[in-house]
Amino acid sequence: MELLVAKGINKRFGGLQALTALDISVAENTIHSVIGPNGAGKTTFFNCITGFYTPEEGSVIFEGEEIQGMSPDRVASRGISRTYQNIRLFANVTVLENVLVGMHRHLNTGWFGAVFKPPKVRREEKSANDDAMEILKFVELDKKADFVAKNLPYGEQRRLEIARALASRPSVVLLDEPTAGMNPKESEDTTTLIRRLRDERRLTILLIEHDMRVVMNVSDQISVLDFGRKIAEGDALAIRSNPQVIEAYLGRGAATGSGYGLREKAGVN
Amino acid sequence: MRTERPFTLVDAAKLGLYGGIAAVLISLVGMVDAFAKKDIIAGVVSMSQVLLGAMAFTPALFAATRALRNGGKGGALAAGAVAGAVAALLVALLALSIAPLNLRAIFVNATPKLVNELLPVGSEGLMGATILVVAGIVVGLLAALLTWLPATLRRSTLISLGAVTLIALLKDVFSVIIPTDVGRFVYKSNGLSVEGAVVLFITILVIAYLWQILQPRLNRAVDRMPESRRRVLSFVATVGLLALLFALPVLLGSYLSEVADLVGFYIVMALGLNVVVGFAGLLDLGYVAFFAIGAYTMAVLTTPELPLVRSFIPQLSFWAALPISVLMALLAGVFLGVPVLKTRGDYLAIITLGFGEIIRLLVLSDALKPVMGGAQGVTGIARPEGFGMRADSPQEFYYLILISILIAWFVTSRLKKSRLGRAWMAIREDEDVAAAMSINLVGYKLAAFATGATLAGLSGAFFGSKLGSMVPASFNVLVSINVLAVLIVGGMGSLPGVVVGAIALIGLPELLREFNEFRWWVYGAVLVMMMLYRPEGLWPDATRERELLEDKEPNVIDEDPTGLAEDATVPT
Repeated sequence: MELLVAKGINKRFGGLQALTALDISVAENTIHSVIGPNGAGKTTFFNCITGFYTPEEGSVIFEGEEIQGMSPDRVASRGISRTYQNIRLFANVTVLENVLVGMHRHLNTGWFGAVFKPPKVRREEKSANDDAMEILKFVELDKKADFVAKNLPYGEQRRLEIARALASRPSVVLLDEPTAGMNPKESEDTTTLIRRLRDERRLTILLIEHDMRVVMNVSDQISVLDFGRKIAEGDALAIRSNPQVIEAYLGRGAATGSGYGLREKAGVN
Repeated sequence: MRTERPFTLVDAAKLGLYGGIAAVLISLVGMVDAFAKKDIIAGVVSMSQVLLGAMAFTPALFAATRALRNGGKGGALAAGAVAGAVAALLVALLALSIAPLNLRAIFVNATPKLVNELLPVGSEGLMGATILVVAGIVVGLLAALLTWLPATLRRSTLISLGAVTLIALLKDVFSVIIPTDVGRFVYKSNGLSVEGAVVLFITILVIAYLWQILQPRLNRAVDRMPESRRRVLSFVATVGLLALLFALPVLLGSYLSEVADLVGFYIVMALGLNVVVGFAGLLDLGYVAFFAIGAYTMAVLTTPELPLVRSFIPQLSFWAALPISVLMALLAGVFLGVPVLKTRGDYLAIITLGFGEIIRLLVLSDALKPVMGGAQGVTGIARPEGFGMRADSPQEFYYLILISILIAWFVTSRLKKSRLGRAWMAIREDEDVAAAMSINLVGYKLAAFATGATLAGLSGAFFGSKLGSMVPASFNVLVSINVLAVLIVGGMGSLPGVVVGAIALIGLPELLREFNEFRWWVYGAVLVMMMLYRPEGLWPDATRERELLEDKEPNVIDEDPTGLAEDATVPT
């Protein structure tokens, strides 16, 4: 079933056409990757889905309802959460507090509840804490719950960002380059984590990623963008051998060769 | 980490130069002359000597501390001496140049009398200048010797020196509180007695020293305690503190209670602004508007004057007008908040600044005179009454203000640790990410704004009643700035910081009345120093401290067990 559908998205910044008639549909409980050279419009696409940008034309349909033009907080409260290309944690508070903020939409405490703390609020805080610890356990950060976020090593900061995105119990998670800056071992761990999101937590994942090894490994479906247009779509096998994709990545001429460069990048063999 | 260039004597001289410039400045603005008659230790050291000495001592201490790291003990001595000498040299040059250069034509305070006060007693001319420089070197050497001491002892000495000076300055305050016999031993008619000063210095030194040694142990002992014991302990401490707070006006007497009341108004206001600026990170420069709205609502509703208003609304009692005043401030907060909270940062600051001025001009205006009293203001504002009592004296008011503080404290501390507090933190740290966490930005900013406005209104209502009459001039922009300064000095986002900040910035200047003439001068200097050397405030909030001290050493964390983190770079 299609959970998230983008139809004919056009996004312009002044004279720059960032996205052109983009159609992408994401099936439930799959890992759908969006790849493409730098500046292809991948993050712009994410921002159009999450409400940070409003596309000039086209629609974004989530669970059968149009969500384009909604404010980011309303989009988020429908169950779409995300991580960022450059880590954007709440750096100065603890790991646990980061996850608790993520739980915002499932808690109901208002001003008076916060001040008078009736039993209902106490119970809510208690269960929020337990849920947060469960999520931290899932990303193997439960032992560092009291650490200040900015003091975590880089790889753990990335994982914490994923944990925070999970805290809102979303149905779709948008991961923007989750392995950027990681060493091979960390990349591999993250790949496993992304797979576990799909298999253990039954989530739908939309993934932007440059590391072809990761992309080819985990994706159920891959969409390739170039200059704001979708130039190819398919599973890993189909994308790997698509001449247009090879051209986009390596330039004209390379496509007529064996596609060696992309194979290398994709970690084939 | 950035590597430090070795500290040279030129650097020491530069520090001394800063001290010297400061000393010249305080001489020319008239501080030295004003304090020459005020003794710290009767007949031995005057306030102006302490001030001038501090201008040599402080740079020498800084210089020696830094020189100690790469030059050893000898290097520290040299650096201290150089810094002290340079600072004294500047003062000496000033003393020598006043007459020949006719400085008095520009600086009215540059009198022959000032020359006498700058130069050591009984000396003049070049001889006096030489003695002054030698004295500077001695002060510098003393400061350097201090750096030889272990850190705990050094800190205790500095604390004790500061405390003794403060006790001398606050003679009028302390002699009211302490038993007469003790007072007679410690104080003379002008400043401390010599024996008193020595005893005080040693006592405070010992207490400060023991405290520094015992405090970590106490902390550890408390940490090791079971949860239930710890709760009992904190309950006992809270009750003890409350008992002290409730007993305070009896000890303080009328005048000091008056000062405590003023500090109290600012604490309630600052606790409110702390929600807006400290928790949610919204810079509000027109906070006085809500204070004014609370005060004026109280005034207009309870005064027997203003016939036009009285023909519509009956005259109310304090208790009937109080909730209305608070509600009006709350409504004003929402009313202003809805349109402006969509703007960010600087724009918000400017809009709120404008709003604060608009409110002040409204109450000042002739058009609204029949309703607001215009420039003459409103008199005959009701006092709180009930149970056959009427709060008239500052002591009685103290209790009402104390209760407001406790309410404000309770509310804001609960909010801070709740879902709202977390949402505010998220908005403060990264607005976009907060929105992506499904936090409704405008809604939560509005909640912060309205909470702040409510507390300002509460403070304003009591302020109006306490004064009994009010004029628009009490609500100028300086009040907003003062409250903000209380937060900055105390520590953004920190509740105890608010109290410490209010005592330091509002209470102390009231008590140190000798400084009154130079109040804003000192105030500015203190703010600049705070921003340079302790931007996190006197009693910082843990989170905000981490924000401000980003480039300093982070807390040490466990080694990464896999060793993988080594080649991962943490982006800044």
